[in-house]
Amino acid sequence: MAEGFKFELVSPARLVLSEEATQVVVPGSEGDFTMLKGHSPFMTTVRPGVVEVTVSGGRIARIFVRGGFADASPAGLTILAEQAIPVEELKADVIAREIQDAEEDVADASTDEVKRVAQEKLDQLRAVFAATTPAGH
Amino acid sequence: MPSLKDLRNRIASVKATQKITKAMQMVAAAKLRRAQQAAEAARPFAERMASVLANLAGAYEGRADAPVLLAGNGRSDVHLLVVCTAERGLCGAFNSSIARLARDTAHRLIAEGKEVKILCVGRKGADQLRRLFADKIVEVIEFKAVRQLTFDHADGVGRKIRAMFEAGEFDVATLFFSRFKSVIQQVPTAHQLIPAQVPTGAVSTVGGAIYECEPGEEEILADLLPRNLSTQVFRALLENAASEQGARMSAMDSATRNAGEMIKKLTTTYNRSRQAMITKELIEIISGADAV
Repeated sequence: MAEGFKFELVSPARLVLSEEATQVVVPGSEGDFTMLKGHSPFMTTVRPGVVEVTVSGGRIARIFVRGGFADASPAGLTILAEQAIPVEELKADVIAREIQDAEEDVADASTDEVKRVAQEKLDQLRAVFAATTPAGH
Repeated sequence: MPSLKDLRNRIASVKATQKITKAMQMVAAAKLRRAQQAAEAARPFAERMASVLANLAGAYEGRADAPVLLAGNGRSDVHLLVVCTAERGLCGAFNSSIARLARDTAHRLIAEGKEVKILCVGRKGADQLRRLFADKIVEVIEFKAVRQLTFDHADGVGRKIRAMFEAGEFDVATLFFSRFKSVIQQVPTAHQLIPAQVPTGAVSTVGGAIYECEPGEEEILADLLPRNLSTQVFRALLENAASEQGARMSAMDSATRNAGEMIKKLTTTYNRSRQAMITKELIEIISGADAV
C-alpha cells in the first residue's frame, strides 16, 4: 500500500478537509497533476475543476474547487481555494450561480485580456459541470 | 418629591428597559459564539496564505521589479484609510474606538502634509467620521442586509480597493478594525494593506528549498496578492463581527446591572414614601379622633 502524506484543503470560510491521503489529483492551471508522497516543492495556480483525493484507507473524495493555489512540498499538500464544494453537494442552483457569476465577469471585463481570462474560466466551469452532473439527475 | 404614581411608572419603565437589555445580551452571546467560530474557521486560510506569500515574496526583497501591490508604488502622498465598523450601535465603545483610531491617524497624516481619503465599511463608523471628514470620505460600503458574511463580500471590498489603487487614487492603504481578544477586550488595530506587509516570522514549510512554480513565480504572485488583500479584508470583517458581539454583550450586561440597581433604589424610595403616606393618614385619623 502506498504511503500517505498530509493533505489539507482550505477555503476562506473554513478548513474543508484535513486528512492523510495517499494520492491527490489536482487540476493545475497548466494541466492536471497527481501528487504522491515525497513530491518536490511545487506551487501552481488551480483552474476550476475537481480535486480527487484518495484518503488513506482507499475512500475517494471528490471536491469541486475554484480559484486558488496548490502548494506541494515533501511535507504534504495544501490547496487554498476560494470556493470548495464536495461534488455530492453540487446542486443545480449552486451551479447556476457559479455560471452566472462567471458570465457577469465576462460581461464586465474592461480589457480584452481580462475578457479572455474570464471567458476561459467560464468555459472551464461549463466543462466541469457537464462532467460532474450525470444526465437524468 | 415625585408622587407614588410617578414612581410606579418609573419602576415599570426601567423594568421594561432591563428586559430589553437582558434579551440583547443573550442574543449577542449566541451571535458571539457563531462569529467566534467563523473567525476561528477562517484562520487556517489566512495563515497558509501568509506562509505561501512569505515564501514567494522573499525572492523579491529589495528588487525594483517587485509587483506594486507588494512593494507599493514608491510614493506615500495619498493615504487611504479603510475603516471597518459595525452597522449597529448599542455595543459600548466598539464603533467609537475604531473611529477614534482612524481619526487620530488621519489628523497625524494631515499634519504631516499628506492627503487622506477614507473608505468606510459599515454605517456607524461613517456616521462618526462624517462630522469631521465629510469631504474626505470617498465611499461608504454597507452590509446592512447581510446576515452571514462570506468571502465574496470581502472580495468586493478588496476589488474596490484594488481598482482605486490601479487608477492611482492613493499610494498607501491602511485597514482599521477591531481585533477580538476576548469578550471584554477588543483591540482597535491598524493594518497596512498596500504595500503588503509580509509576515517575517512565518515558518517556511520547506526550510528555504527552491519552489518550482507553474506558471511562473511572477504570475502566481500576481494572482496571490489580490487574493491576499481580500483575505485580509475578510479576516478583518470576521474579527470585527466577533468583537462587535463581544462588546455588545458586555455593554448590555452592565446596562442590565445598572437597571437592576436603579430598580432597587426606586423601589426603596417608593416603599418609603408609601410608608410615609400611611403614617401621615394614620396620624390624621388619630388626631381627628382625639379632637372629638
